[in-house]
Amino acid sequence: MNSIISRNIVRFIGLVLIQALILNNINFLGYINPYIYILFIILFPIKNNRLLFIFLSFLLGLTLDLFLDSGGVHAAASVTIAYIRPIVLKFAFGATYEHQTVKFTSTEFGQRFSYFSILILIHHLFVFSLEIFNTSQLILILKKTLFSGVFTLILCLLLTVLFSRKSK
Amino acid sequence: MQQIVNFILRNKNFLLFLLLFSIAFFLTIQSHSYHKSKFISSANFLTGGIYESVNSIDQYFNLKQENQNLLEENNRLKEALFNTSESTNEESGYTFKVIPGIVIKNNYSNSNNYLTINKGTNDSISEDTGVITAKGIVGIIDNTSKSYARVLSILNTNSRINAQLKKTSHFGLLKWDGKSPKFVQLTDVQKQAPVAIGDTIITGGRSTIFPKGIPIGKVESFYMDTTENYLTLEVLLFNDMTSIGHVHIIKNLDKEEIQSLEINPNE
Repeated sequence: MNSIISRNIVRFIGLVLIQALILNNINFLGYINPYIYILFIILFPIKNNRLLFIFLSFLLGLTLDLFLDSGGVHAAASVTIAYIRPIVLKFAFGATYEHQTVKFTSTEFGQRFSYFSILILIHHLFVFSLEIFNTSQLILILKKTLFSGVFTLILCLLLTVLFSRKSK
Repeated sequence: MQQIVNFILRNKNFLLFLLLFSIAFFLTIQSHSYHKSKFISSANFLTGGIYESVNSIDQYFNLKQENQNLLEENNRLKEALFNTSESTNEESGYTFKVIPGIVIKNNYSNSNNYLTINKGTNDSISEDTGVITAKGIVGIIDNTSKSYARVLSILNTNSRINAQLKKTSHFGLLKWDGKSPKFVQLTDVQKQAPVAIGDTIITGGRSTIFPKGIPIGKVESFYMDTTENYLTLEVLLFNDMTSIGHVHIIKNLDKEEIQSLEINPNE
């Protein structure tokens, strides 16, 4: 139990620092940045206290907002995907989630892919529509969501493969 | 009463979500209005400190570029020294003090961008102070802590700066549409103004923030706005906003005196 808590604390701090200090300076093609800090929300243990989980996600988003000077944009998006995560889990993993036996490292790639992409898409849509906050820039919002989303998805999948402890 | 408590207990997840989401939403709204986003800002002790220590490593990678910039500025200053008639801001009439600073965080990919610099109230820097580089303007300080300050970049959709044409003094309002970090827009220029592509745009000196005559950029294209009464100019910035190291903070020593004069007694 303790190792889960400490692992999540390290993950929280590590992801915030990586996001703020490295990934936000990528600016691929001028505006495309991956937001991999939501990996914390995606990989949070499934058997959890939901109140704590939602609150931690809010804290994660707010910390990012402090670094990026973006008001409450990331906090709002993080809290949203933390709240709807059970629905997405049920959709992506079906019966295995019902029995509370999902382990991310042992799931099929297709299921993991759909789970990641749905959460990332919703998160990015919230981030960019709140950040730009202008309906006349709808095309820009969708463009940013799509391109950054694909970038984030690739990085997240790579990272989970890289750090999974599957012994062969 | 029992029912209410039951309701809260049953929906506690949703209620917490709603509460936190509205807090975040409130902060977002605040950040969209100028001068209100004080609470969540990177100019505080923790984030400023982390950015500063990382920046001290980062600086080594840009040393060559920085040297080049300083050399260019030296050349320009020497030229101005030899041709003293060309003195830069004598005509504005105010007295300005220039304080050097270093950008420790730069951002240009969002629609509301801010920079953080390593000078704060300890270096007698206050809000509403202009920030420039050797090439052109950068932004206005909008939030300070003890040793850090946050700069509202000209690449921020809330930024409004008075600017004018260099040759004719027709003035307008400098804004950013959030699209490209290379271009800003000079709006509300009188349509009689004789604008040509390639004209230089400078600061107007009608506010106490910037002295007159600081270069901004040159006209790339221009068109009528939707009401057909004013021109909008597309301005290519002299400054490369994506790579800024050393900046100068311009402090107007007469600012309080001027502002106390300008307060209208009839209001």
